[in-house]
Amino acid sequence: MLKDKLLDYSYKYGALVIIAAVFIVFSIVNEYFLSYDNITDILRSISIVTFVAIGVTFSQIVDGFDLSVGSTVSLTTVVAAAMMVWYELPLAFVLVAPLLIGAVIGLLNALLIVKVRIPDLLATLAVMYIIGGVHKTYTKGFSIYNNMQMQDGTKAPGQFLESFKWIGQGKLLGIPVPVVLMLLAVILVHVFLTYTRWGRQMYVTGGNREAARLSGISVNRVRTFAYVLSGIFAAIGGVLFAARVGSGQIDAGSPLLMEAVAAVFVGYSVLGAGKPNVIGTFFGAVLIGVLLNGLTMLNMPYYAYDIVKGTVLVLALSITFIHLNRRRA
Amino acid sequence: MSESNNASLLQMTGISKSFPGVRALQQVDFEARGGEVHALLGANGAGKSTLMKILSGAYTPDEGQIRIDGCSHKFHRPLDAIASGIQCVYQEVDTAIVPTLSVAENIMLDRIASGRGWLDWRRVNREAAEALAGIGLPGLEVSKPAGELPIAHKQLLLIARALVQQAKFIIFDEPTAPLSDEEADRLFEIMERLKQDGVGCIFISHRLHEVFRISDRVTVMRDGRRVSTRLAAETNAKAVVEEMLGKTFEEEFPKVQVPIGETLLEARGIRYGTKVRGVDLTVRSGEIVGIAGLVGAGKTELSRALFGAEPLDAGEIRLNGRLLKLSEPKDAVRAGLALIPEERRKQGILVEQSVKHNLSLPLLERLSRFGFVGRRAESDNAVARIGELGIQPPLPEQAVQYLSGGNQQKVAVGKWLPTDAQVYLFDEPTKGVDVGAKSDIFRLIGRLAAEGKGIVYLSCELQEILGIADRILVMSYGRIVKELRRDEATQETILYYASAGEEQDVEG
Repeated sequence: MLKDKLLDYSYKYGALVIIAAVFIVFSIVNEYFLSYDNITDILRSISIVTFVAIGVTFSQIVDGFDLSVGSTVSLTTVVAAAMMVWYELPLAFVLVAPLLIGAVIGLLNALLIVKVRIPDLLATLAVMYIIGGVHKTYTKGFSIYNNMQMQDGTKAPGQFLESFKWIGQGKLLGIPVPVVLMLLAVILVHVFLTYTRWGRQMYVTGGNREAARLSGISVNRVRTFAYVLSGIFAAIGGVLFAARVGSGQIDAGSPLLMEAVAAVFVGYSVLGAGKPNVIGTFFGAVLIGVLLNGLTMLNMPYYAYDIVKGTVLVLALSITFIHLNRRRA
Repeated sequence: MSESNNASLLQMTGISKSFPGVRALQQVDFEARGGEVHALLGANGAGKSTLMKILSGAYTPDEGQIRIDGCSHKFHRPLDAIASGIQCVYQEVDTAIVPTLSVAENIMLDRIASGRGWLDWRRVNREAAEALAGIGLPGLEVSKPAGELPIAHKQLLLIARALVQQAKFIIFDEPTAPLSDEEADRLFEIMERLKQDGVGCIFISHRLHEVFRISDRVTVMRDGRRVSTRLAAETNAKAVVEEMLGKTFEEEFPKVQVPIGETLLEARGIRYGTKVRGVDLTVRSGEIVGIAGLVGAGKTELSRALFGAEPLDAGEIRLNGRLLKLSEPKDAVRAGLALIPEERRKQGILVEQSVKHNLSLPLLERLSRFGFVGRRAESDNAVARIGELGIQPPLPEQAVQYLSGGNQQKVAVGKWLPTDAQVYLFDEPTKGVDVGAKSDIFRLIGRLAAEGKGIVYLSCELQEILGIADRILVMSYGRIVKELRRDEATQETILYYASAGEEQDVEG
């Protein structure tokens, strides 16, 4: 009995307690940690992951999985950069084209999963490699930066637009723009998922596809919609990445898949939701951001970060699945 | 019955088994001899499969003994039963076969699994071929993957496997259900041959004409007890049906008489796979059409096909004379159909969601404004349905998994009430529902009929169909084999047509 109660509490508040504990530990170890600058730094650093993780949340809600989000980030980052540096296109193009690409990737995933009925993990694994290959082929393996040297010896004509860079580097009322965008997205998506019928249909479809179908819900349309949203949010992540760094880095998205998935699964257990939810995902991203930030301060080598991220994911998965199996029993 | 001395004898005595809330078997005696075919009969839920699961070691009995040739045996797991020479050929052959392995490997599977490290493949193939030849099937290529065989051959493979393992008794659980007539004939020939070799066959089937064709003895079970064991020659189909049903028949659920109006739903030539093979159906306003049939007759598939949940291979569905094109259930809901599916917990309701959310599922569009689900509208709807249907406990926020089966069913029906559904399809709506809630559900169905809805009521519970339906269509092996008016239908006639199978097509 006592053990059960303890497990319940740990499930409900575990994630939040761990975040708080990590905050406390790091703030004791390093006085700079709790400064305004560092906090905004953490939030800015997690803004990109949060967008990607929101995408993963959508696919998880409909009981799917989208592994292609990382390579979508990579592709959209270099596309946004190329539009400015190679083609000198106006801002509208630079913003819209990546989002369209994200939507198309989502449609492709949905086609494979919903129509061809390939298991989601396998389909998006394949797409992940295809998109990754496309982005490297497109850039011939080079990162894209202002007036870069082209292969024919000439210089690329364009530069990153100042207005574009503002999205990643600017401030609004003292708060970094990407942080504002992230908080806005979290709130809007939360409202969408909780209060609209489309959000309800997504949860119902993920909870029991057959029951949803027999209640007159177009489950295939709902699932397609979720994958398209997943692609679009990953694309937003890619745009933010380019805007923040001011260049189109090759393979920018590859570490983000792991972080996003970890954030979503940490989110499962925030306040005992037991299901993918965007507020939880946000806290999951915060946890990972705080950990990485703190470890940087402690001078941990960057190549050890994957160990930390992997451990967070394993812990989050353990808590989630122990709880789910216990509930089922 | 001539008693041969060396024939083995299987005796089950005083077998009892309870599950939480159900006494599945009470002091059942059953006996089978080597060299005979012993049929085990009973309506759904009579306890046949529980008894056979005990015999094959899948369940352990609470009380009672199993003796083989006088020696007492205790089966704690299926392997114990197999070691004692008892084998089972299940209806679901695919669960017992490894589809990617060859026929020979499947036949010799147990030998391979328990053998030493090295396998003599030539010997494996030879012995498998011999086993197949032994049941009169020498032509089958043993190196072919077993998954590619037709069902009938998979069954024979399992019989061959049983023989390789020195089976003394083989349980055949509805083996002919998926077979064509010729295939069934061949199976009977093989059973005949097994009999001559001294193997005892226990034969479970709903097709009574088959039972009387090949059985030596017949045991009838009802409500977890054995009713009788007789020589097949000394009884007949009619007597057996009476024993299966029992004599007690009371009108528990009074029928509400409603004037019957215009035709609402009209289905012609509905076909879906092997389960629905050309069904015609008409439902009029205020009419309750019962579709009676045994488990596996294709009722669930029919209801799903009518609802657009399965693609039609052929046929057309009209509602109010208008041809419907149903590519998914959504289209059926739009058109004015409602389905209460058999698998309630998996398909009818969302167990983890609240009563309120379940009740608003088909109504989300109506309850929403600019996409936002109206909170007030949603809880008003929930409160109204809870009151109307007497859902207990009357809490809109309660997760439906904590409700009783009957109240879950009320939720599954209640979600359709505010839609403009004109025809309701009920698939086994009383399954897992207690008596009190059952009469609530019947009253609700009666009320829907009184409002002029058309009702299709599909069930294997004959008493219930007899009590509620205006007209009864008997379904068997994917076809409607008989239409009966309310006043001419009895359990006996329904069961007769339901178990007659394909040989007795509609007479007159």
